[in-house]
Amino acid sequence: MTAAPFPATLAPVKRIPLWRRYLRRPLGVVALAVFAVVVAVAALASWLAPYDPNFVDFAITHAPPGNGHPLGGDSAGRDILSRLLAGAQTTLYGAVITCVAGLVLGVPAGVSAGYFGGATDRICSWISDALQSVPGMIVLLVVAAGTGQNFTVLMVALGVFLAPGYYRIARARALAVRKEPYIDAARVAGVTNARILRTHMLRAVYAPIIVQTALTAGIAIGMQAGLQFLGIGSASTPSWGQMMNDGFQNMLTYPLILLWPSIALGVTIAALAFIGSTLADLVSVRVELPTRRGVARVRQALEAGTSSGTHAHQAADCALRIENLRVGYASPTGVKKVVRGVSLDAAPGEVLGIVGESGSGKTQTLFSVLDLLPPGGTAVADGIWVGGEEVSRRSPKERAALLGRSIGYVPQEPMTNLDPCYPIERQLAEPLRHVHGLSKAEARQRARDILVRVGITDPDRVLAAYPHQISGGMAQRVLIAGAVAGRPSLLVADEPSTALDVTVQAEVLELLRELQREYGMALVIVTHNFGVVADICDRVVVMKDGRVVETGPVEQIFRRPADPYTAELISASLDDAEGRDELDETWLDRRTAQEGAR
Amino acid sequence: MLRFIAKRLVSGIVLLVVVTSGTFFLAHLAVGDPTAGLLGNNATPAQQDALRARIGYDQPVLTQFRQWFSRAVTGDFGTSWRNFQPVADQIALRVPVTLSVVMVATVLSAVLGLAVGVACGLRPGGPLDRVLKLASVVLFALPGFWVSLVLVTWFAIQLKWFPAIGYVSPDRSVGDWLRSITLPSVSLALGAIVMVAEQLRNGFLQVTNQDFVRTLRARGLSRRRVTMHVLRNASPAALTTLALMFVGLLGGAIVVEIVFNLPGIGSLTQSASQIGDIPVLLGLTAVTVVFVVIVNFLLDLVLGWVNPKVRER
Repeated sequence: MTAAPFPATLAPVKRIPLWRRYLRRPLGVVALAVFAVVVAVAALASWLAPYDPNFVDFAITHAPPGNGHPLGGDSAGRDILSRLLAGAQTTLYGAVITCVAGLVLGVPAGVSAGYFGGATDRICSWISDALQSVPGMIVLLVVAAGTGQNFTVLMVALGVFLAPGYYRIARARALAVRKEPYIDAARVAGVTNARILRTHMLRAVYAPIIVQTALTAGIAIGMQAGLQFLGIGSASTPSWGQMMNDGFQNMLTYPLILLWPSIALGVTIAALAFIGSTLADLVSVRVELPTRRGVARVRQALEAGTSSGTHAHQAADCALRIENLRVGYASPTGVKKVVRGVSLDAAPGEVLGIVGESGSGKTQTLFSVLDLLPPGGTAVADGIWVGGEEVSRRSPKERAALLGRSIGYVPQEPMTNLDPCYPIERQLAEPLRHVHGLSKAEARQRARDILVRVGITDPDRVLAAYPHQISGGMAQRVLIAGAVAGRPSLLVADEPSTALDVTVQAEVLELLRELQREYGMALVIVTHNFGVVADICDRVVVMKDGRVVETGPVEQIFRRPADPYTAELISASLDDAEGRDELDETWLDRRTAQEGAR
Repeated sequence: MLRFIAKRLVSGIVLLVVVTSGTFFLAHLAVGDPTAGLLGNNATPAQQDALRARIGYDQPVLTQFRQWFSRAVTGDFGTSWRNFQPVADQIALRVPVTLSVVMVATVLSAVLGLAVGVACGLRPGGPLDRVLKLASVVLFALPGFWVSLVLVTWFAIQLKWFPAIGYVSPDRSVGDWLRSITLPSVSLALGAIVMVAEQLRNGFLQVTNQDFVRTLRARGLSRRRVTMHVLRNASPAALTTLALMFVGLLGGAIVVEIVFNLPGIGSLTQSASQIGDIPVLLGLTAVTVVFVVIVNFLLDLVLGWVNPKVRER
């Protein structure tokens, strides 16, 4: 949660209609225009075509372009342009049939499967998976074997094979929406399933369905042409696939006959594909690394900035010292500054707490020390000192070399911070082997020892386990073990106890304190909870809106908070710790007061 | 693990039975009377009756199905209605050709898809990533036979680097075999390569932003080692796509085989479909579904190896 680049205050997004945003994409506009031309040509084919597409004039057999036949004649003496125009009609008709069949089968099934779950979901998903593992082309040829002349039936059959695409998308969207609170609210309010499906679900699926339709239409046209190329479909209905087959037979002698339908087919499919991808781009956000110019812009915006916070030690004596740190992210509306001039320090053997609410910039400060900001984040500081040495001017590679050796990191959420694909042993031993140069056996022994040290009673089972097989408290112990395995001089912990049960919280904090004393590390601990500060910290830094509000020894801050914000935070944290009886009392008091006021 | 294998095996057999039975009835429904297609329009009623009796078409459909099914489970797919050769022999003769093309295309998709996907995932928004995006849009939609016609015109007819048509068995010359299947495999693989690469790239980016990657980096692991972790976590979607692509390639191979005049199961499917040779079509369906089941089974094994959570489901 605290890792989000733009916490709490995100500028409201203006709702611009999809089609207007679409029209701002040049590639999308060109693709749409091309497709519109194809549609127009198909609609007006009978007026535009200079000849009857099936009229045979032996004089123009294999004729080159010219003489009233702009694209020449085919191998049977028919006008290629007229056949191309009529073929556009066939192509689009088939694509519409296929898409409608896919839509009608896939979307309702997908929405119901996602919404109702259970047996409906299992049966529908099995059918969809089965359809996807059947080579559609072969079954289509079977269908065509008897109904070769009936183009519509064949296109419906093709739609059946493309339905799983619709099904998957509709199901995934319905599943996501099903979990939204407003659907529960509607159900509790007595709205019928049918009504919920009609109103909420269809609204949720419509955008991805449009994208899918553009893509499906492209694929459908391709497969249709493939079938016609194989000689399926009525000989009297001109089609692009059929024309390509004719051209293919004469490829060596009259390559132009092949060229025209190939261009028509390629352009139409490409136009649909680009329409689909432009739409897909608009409805989803593609992650992209910030450009060099973007980084420069953020750096420039961060240049000015006054420092907040004080230092308690000499720079050379510090395990960690931050001087005037600023962190910013490039956003569409400018540069979002999340840390605005933070200074602090911690001596070896000292426990420093960084306290503040969500969005105060405390986690961002921590990530800046590690040089591991989320993508798009840029940190600028007058100085960052680790173990008495200035490191902020060093290259990213040199900064990375500090990790695991000088600096250990304990994350917030234990279950998402272990790689789900590897057993614990591998995750503990890999850094020991490849960062600290231990042999395989030594690394294993060291990993086992350190697990015992962090209080795990059956280390061999835990070493062999995968992350999903151990509890959250145990995972956090494993992560602490990983953080201290390299014997760092500085341990940074990001809300190390927040995600855990209350009883485990205290144990984990106690363990951190013990390890800190035993190894003589400096411990910097980020938290929103003054209870944690009272438990283990020596000094505390209070942060708000990216700046340091006040710094001082724990007793002083607790007894005489200099800033009203600190006092507020302290009382809020102590509220958390209030007993059940007291809470009930305050509630009763408030209610009496309210009733009295009436 | 044994239970997992047994479960997959059963579901594969169920799929095989459902699809082949479905195709049986679909084919009988679609083809109607096969004698017109087999004998032509000039056959006498007596000739038609004789043929119907010979191929068992005078029996009720359910009886035909029972006979076909009881023989099919023993691996006997009957004889072709056209030339009365055993179906199994005809298919066995042609499978190596199709498999050569499809396997080479699959390997190409896996290797190149992996390379391109990782390269784009490491530098999203970079030049290669933008090319991939454009290529994936176009190549995904363009049918393989269209691509193969372009490739034939360019590389076989204009440049004469590869033979335009024909198949050389690897028994005769491995080099010529490779040359004969290069263009067909590439035209099939192009679309699959970009699909696999796109999946891998997106998975890669998703995983890169996950918490455990930061923690791995915070442990001091090198970029290369962290990338290996990311890759393993990102691969399931790409592997699933690869398996789906294999199914697509089997279908796409039919048309590509016609373009390159390869004697594979594709051309057999086409000719059988034109005359309504149901036993051959059923045999072809069964063989392809078996391939698909095998590939899906391998996929499940690999997915279980990649991510241990899958194994316990």
